[in-house]
Order: sequence, then structure tokens, then C-alpha cells
Amino acid sequence: MSGIAEVLADSGIDIRALTIADTTDFGILRLIVKDAEKAKKVLQSSGYVVSINQVIGIEVQDIVGGLAKVLRILDDAQVNIEYMYDFLAIKEDKAYIIIRVENNVKTTEILTHNGIRCISNDDIVF
Amino acid sequence: MERYWQKEIETASRDQIVAWQNERLVRTVKRVYENVPYYKKLMDEKGVTPGDINSIEDLWKLPFTYKSDLRDTYPYGLFAVPMEQVVELHASSGTTGKQIVAGYTRHDLDIWADCCARQLVAAGATKEDKIHVSFGYGLFTGGFGLHLGAQRIGAVAIPVSSGNTARQITILQDFGSDYLCCTPSYAMYIAESMEQANVDMSKIALRGGIFGAEPWTEEMRQRIEEKLHIKAHDIYGLTEIMGPGVSYECCEQSGMHVNEDHFIIEVIDPDTGKVLPEGEQGEIVFSCITKEAFPLLRYRTRDIGVISRKKCSCGRTLVKMSKPRGRSDDMLIIRGVNVFPSQIETVLLRMGYSPNYQIVVDRVNNLDTLEVKVEVTQEVFSDTVTKFAVKEKELSEALKSLLGVNAKVTFAAPGSIDRSIGKAVRVIDKRKI
Repeated sequence: MSGIAEVLADSGIDIRALTIADTTDFGILRLIVKDAEKAKKVLQSSGYVVSINQVIGIEVQDIVGGLAKVLRILDDAQVNIEYMYDFLAIKEDKAYIIIRVENNVKTTEILTHNGIRCISNDDIVF
Repeated sequence: MERYWQKEIETASRDQIVAWQNERLVRTVKRVYENVPYYKKLMDEKGVTPGDINSIEDLWKLPFTYKSDLRDTYPYGLFAVPMEQVVELHASSGTTGKQIVAGYTRHDLDIWADCCARQLVAAGATKEDKIHVSFGYGLFTGGFGLHLGAQRIGAVAIPVSSGNTARQITILQDFGSDYLCCTPSYAMYIAESMEQANVDMSKIALRGGIFGAEPWTEEMRQRIEEKLHIKAHDIYGLTEIMGPGVSYECCEQSGMHVNEDHFIIEVIDPDTGKVLPEGEQGEIVFSCITKEAFPLLRYRTRDIGVISRKKCSCGRTLVKMSKPRGRSDDMLIIRGVNVFPSQIETVLLRMGYSPNYQIVVDRVNNLDTLEVKVEVTQEVFSDTVTKFAVKEKELSEALKSLLGVNAKVTFAAPGSIDRSIGKAVRVIDKRKI
């Protein structure tokens, strides 16, 4: 883990969010960075196995029940969340979560249809 | 056009080969009986005298030589010449007990050079080529054998020896090595390290590889060939018989031609000792018929294989032996089922896994357990835990269907399984039996 952080630091890559999944034998570290391709390249040349995956960023009202509302929508639509990153509020009244699901297009449609805003790279302050 | 090192031998008629074998066997048996008290004793106990051996038809009458005989006569008890004629000693690694010491006269080294030269020429090497030898130089036979062969054909031998992979890569690039000789697992490790270092493969001159000293699969060959952009040839040998070059692979890459003018091969039933017909799988047994210092007769190699006399497209008439399926010493008996590490390797590589794996056998509550640890590769990696669970199940089912025993699959981080620079340590058997 410190190795990964150092490799990224040496290449001037800023980590915006991370989550760790532990299996019994090794870990999966998931990162949100600005230049994913560059991060992949530098990590791979240091011997790490890396893949880039599409995730969905969601704007959540920073109030009690804000997250529950979003999750309820996904639950009702039977969208399975593989894992999630949580983000600190960057704007006033807003929090962000990032989710990994099977079908990004469909999930984005469902959220938008229910009045939930999905964010783009530009919303994330790098 | 196919090139040979000693065309008149490599393409000799069957009758000619048998004639050489008959004459040389008779002479060797007589010499061994007269000069090696231990062999005289073995033959006397079996009631065989040199007079009973008139041709290779009589070979079966001779007693077998077992590894235990070599231990009992350690270090020089089976040498057939006085030490003043011996010019070099080698020894096996001795991983399964006492090491085995092999002696060579000048003439023995001469034969050895020719045997390895045949391999190099069969793999397409010429005297213009630079032969990068990453087998260990030392008591191990690998380094010196290929070194002798390279010089015999007039090529340039680069005695890099094993280890220091960064330097291996530098030499491959800067010296322009044409052929690489090492264990297949080390070739794979060099290939991986080159990938990691982003070496531009178009600037690597390497054309061929000669790999041996441990069992490896066809799938492993494909991987190495793809990664290093070369043709990979299998070479077989063992210290007890000579070292690398007992048999060698031609351009057909479908079995190894045995240097029958120097070594007689038999395939036997390991339980009964009976000689098996061509095409049947059994334990490989060699008799040395030209060696002076250390000529073993009917040596039980513990290697399991098959021989074939089918005509080879390369034009060589020397009998071919299959890639050994593994040494019977390597065979694991798990819950009564015979399992070869090479079978596990086949499954892993077919399903896109890394050739870096480790097999851990243990006994829990009187039940054998088999665990296969394999490194995650770019192809199988996923960011979700569920995908890993699916992959794990797939692999463990594939192993079960081929091996007939349950295997627990454990994924490991890339680079976390020890790389070998010599012979790979694939199996850890924790059972205390």
C-alpha cells in the first residue's frame, strides 16, 4: 500500500478517493485519480496489476436521509452495488458518492429519471 | 534445409545405430565388471556375467542402478577409471538426500560437447551466434554443458550463469545474445522482468531458447515463445547420465531425440521392472555406452515418459522421448490420487493464469489437502470481489475435473510467489508421513 502511494506520489498523481477490499490473500485497492491512464502506466511498470473501470459519481443532498433516498431508488430498480466510495462534501449542502455497478448506462438513466444528478470529472476538484 | 552437427550419426540407419549400440554395450559391460567392484557384486548377485551380454537384446538381464546405489557408493564408488584420468567433477543438487558426484574424462567431456552441439544446431544455432548461458555454472551440469556445446560449434559462449536478472537483461540487449539457455521458469521470469522494464523487444536479437532441467508444459512453451519472440527448445539430461544433452529437441518440437550412439533408452514398468513396448508410458531408464569415468548401466531416472520411433520430419533417425511428465519423485499422491505438478500447470496456463504458482499439500484431520496458489495476472484481475469469487470457482472446478481431487485456489499478489533462478520450487508438502 505504501509502495503504491509512493509510486503515485513520485509521478505527481493526486489520489482523490480510495477504498480497499481485503480478500484473505491479497488486497484490491481502488483509487480515483485525475489521470487514470498515467497512473495505470506508472503502477504497471512498478509491477502492479492495474485495470481502469467506469464508475458513477452521484450527488447526494448533505442532509439526514440523503443517502438513503438514493440507495432506495437503486434498490427498487434492483441495481446491485458492487462497492462504493464516499466523498466528503465539496460544495455546501452536497455530498458525493461513487458507485460501481454492472450496467452504468442503465443505472445513470434510472438515477437521472428520479431527479438525482450524476456528476462528471469536472465536478471533482483535482 | 535442416542442419545437423553430426549428420552421419544423427541420420544413421536403424541397423547402424543398433550395431554401434551392440558393440559399445558389450565393451562397456565388460569394462565396468572388471573395474567397478560394486557393479561386479550387483551382477554376480543377479547371476549375470559379461559373457551373457552379447547385444542390446540382452540388456534386460543386467541389474538396474538406483539412486540409492549412488548414495551407497558416494562419492567415487562407481567410477570406472583411476582418478588420474578424471579431469572434471560435477554434482547434482542433492535436494533429495546426499548429492551425486559425476566424473568426466577428457573423452567424456568431448562426447558431452558433441551432444550439446547437436542440440544447438538442431535449434538453428550457427557459429555466428552468441549463446547466452544462464544455467548455473558450478557443480550443476547445466552451465558447463551448454558452454561446451556452444564452443564446439564455434559459436560465442556467454557464461552469464544464473541470477542477477537486471544484468541478464542488460547483456541480452547490449551483447546481442542470439540464444538463451536456462530453466523454463527462469526464462519466464526474465521475460516478465523485461516487460516490466518496458524493454523494446524489437531491439532484442534473441532467436531461440534452450530450456530444461525441470519439467515444463506445452502451454509454458507457448507463453515463453510469445513473450520472448523466440522458438523454445526442450533439452533433457541428468547429472547421473551426463548432464544436458542426453536428448534434445529438433525443429519439430514434438519430443526429444535421444543421443542413442551414447545412451540406450528403455521404458519400463516402474513396479515390475519389465521393459515396455514403444508407445507405452513408463519409467525411463538409461545405460551409458561410451562414457569412461562414470558409466551407469540401466539407471532408473524416475522420469515418466514414452518413446517413439516414428519417422521425424527433421530427418533424424534417433529415437524420440516425450517430454517427461514429471519425475516420479515429483508425483504427489493426494487422497490416493496421483497428481503431477505439470498437470496443474497445464490447467493454469490454459485458463490465462500466470506460470508462477505454488502447490501446497498438507494433511488436516487425516485428510490430504491441496492448495494451488497462483499469482493474479492483468488478464484475470478485476476490481470487484465477486468476479474473483467466480474465477476462483471456475479454476477450482477445472482442476478438480482434470486431477480428480479437490483443490483450493488461492490468488496471490503479483510477484509474491518466489521466483526461481535455478530449478523452480513448485511444491511444498507439509504432510508429515
